[in-house]
Amino acid sequence: MSVLRRFLRTPEAIAGAIILAALFAMALSASLFFPGDPQAIAGPALLPPFQDWGLPLGTDRLGRDVLAELFHGSRTSLAVGLAAAAAALVIGAIVGTLAGFAGGLVDEVLMRITDAFQTVPSFLLALAFVSVVGPSLGVVVVAIALGAWTGPARVARAEVLSIRERDYVAGARVIGMHPLEIAFREVLPNALPPVLALSSVIVAAAILTEAALSFLGLGDPNRVTWGGMIAEGRTVLRTAPFLSVIPGVALVLTVLGVYLAGEGVVETTAVRRSLS
Amino acid sequence: MTRALTLLRRRLLGSTFVLLIVVIGTFLLLEAAPGDAVDAYIVSTGGDTGMIELLRHRWGLDQSELTRLANYLWALLHLDLGQSVTFSRPIRDVILERLPTTLLLMGSATALSFGLGSSLGIYAGARPGSFRDRFLSIGSLALYAVPGFWLGLVLIVIFAVDLRWLPIGGIETIASSKTGLARAADIAIHLVLPVSALGFIYLALYLRMMRAGMAEAWRQDFVLAARSRGLSRRRIVLAHVARNALLPLVTMLGLQSAQMLGGSVVIESVFAVPGLGRLAQEAVAARDTPLLLGIILTSAVLVIVVNLLVDVAYAFLDPRVGASEAGA
Repeated sequence: MSVLRRFLRTPEAIAGAIILAALFAMALSASLFFPGDPQAIAGPALLPPFQDWGLPLGTDRLGRDVLAELFHGSRTSLAVGLAAAAAALVIGAIVGTLAGFAGGLVDEVLMRITDAFQTVPSFLLALAFVSVVGPSLGVVVVAIALGAWTGPARVARAEVLSIRERDYVAGARVIGMHPLEIAFREVLPNALPPVLALSSVIVAAAILTEAALSFLGLGDPNRVTWGGMIAEGRTVLRTAPFLSVIPGVALVLTVLGVYLAGEGVVETTAVRRSLS
Repeated sequence: MTRALTLLRRRLLGSTFVLLIVVIGTFLLLEAAPGDAVDAYIVSTGGDTGMIELLRHRWGLDQSELTRLANYLWALLHLDLGQSVTFSRPIRDVILERLPTTLLLMGSATALSFGLGSSLGIYAGARPGSFRDRFLSIGSLALYAVPGFWLGLVLIVIFAVDLRWLPIGGIETIASSKTGLARAADIAIHLVLPVSALGFIYLALYLRMMRAGMAEAWRQDFVLAARSRGLSRRRIVLAHVARNALLPLVTMLGLQSAQMLGGSVVIESVFAVPGLGRLAQEAVAARDTPLLLGIILTSAVLVIVVNLLVDVAYAFLDPRVGASEAGA
């Protein structure tokens, strides 16, 4: 309880928590409030917002309910953002631990590969990967993770380098533990906190990348995405700018919520560490 | 000077290795793509099975993967990126034609985000914890949360559709036959919106870094020393605190170049700017994988060059960098 209260100390963290709670509520209740296909025609085309209370945010070019699309789109953004970030953190932690713990040639090769991934613009890499393999939710997740694991890998490696000379690691060696077992059971768990501190930035970047991919038409074609909604609205930008503005505002609020909550978590843990 | 040269030589060696990994990566992606160059050629021209076999043999596509990788590397060494099916022209020529536009866009956006971002960062970091510091920190976080392509669309709605102050897209007025300064002014006006959309997102990053660096520098002893010497606050802020916080931003300049190249893909698509990013989107739409991979290779080289330049600049700015390497 006291951890939660400490987390909710700053107004920024409270705002972030509220936004994220609302977002999760939206994603979880999408099928409840808007059962059926959100891409089905629900009314007249290009109905402006706040005109019809059955369709509060209006309809798009094909007469689809914008609010229903917004609710269902939050699922895609959250799912892709969380899954891609989780994948990036896992890959990064493994590569970083291996490189830092093994040292020598393994370290050199793994870090040059990391350099190579950092040299290629991650968005171009995602674009190429999706266009070669074909757009689907899983492919988009992998494509985004491919460009996002390098940061966690570097942080994990730096942390492992400082941990591996500690006494308990030497102790584990003396009792004859396998080096891989030492690396992943003794060293990695202790190297995780600074790696996990990156998660909010990575989730936020993943959500933005997913939006940009679907804006360019490379999202999962069977799902509603906010990026896809913005691209749809773009064709009628002059007459109905609200169609692009509404999903964009949702995106900004989502990413902002992730950042704010992330900063709150980092501050909470920092305070806890300085107290202990 | 020798210090910078030694550093440069070491970095060049490492970069070559990194570039080799990127090339192998693009080769693997090219292999994974459905269909090969012959399929693409036959689709556009037509031909029977015998011709397909003949072409595969002539282009070396019936050989083992290792041989093909060697051929690919050999061709790249001669700066031959292959033929684009969509444009019916060598990929190198298509890319070189689009490159200057993207460099102009990226250079201007970098100047905008770095200049304005670090200035606002100095303004915020001059008094850490003050109202303007909190305001700018929250504001930059909000700005950082905005997707670049959406910011671009909003700017278009406001400044091109409603106010009609600026052109809606493109890089210059078509068939205006302007030359010299008039043409440069025309291009500059067309670039205002895309540069703003691209630059404002990264502005937040420099602002936050500058601010954090200054908050750190305020706690250092040399600030205390400067204060005790009775220097003016303005002088302490600019010559001591900000100056020490500026160096990490220079490193960031190199690291951000890759991100900005990626960001320019969507921005160029939104504003119909005929640069490298828009070319990447056209390559995806036309399923022209060799062209897309050529763009990726070009971007990787570009990022490496920018980072080399930043490293050298850094060695000049900070006398400690590379000092041990030159001495050894």
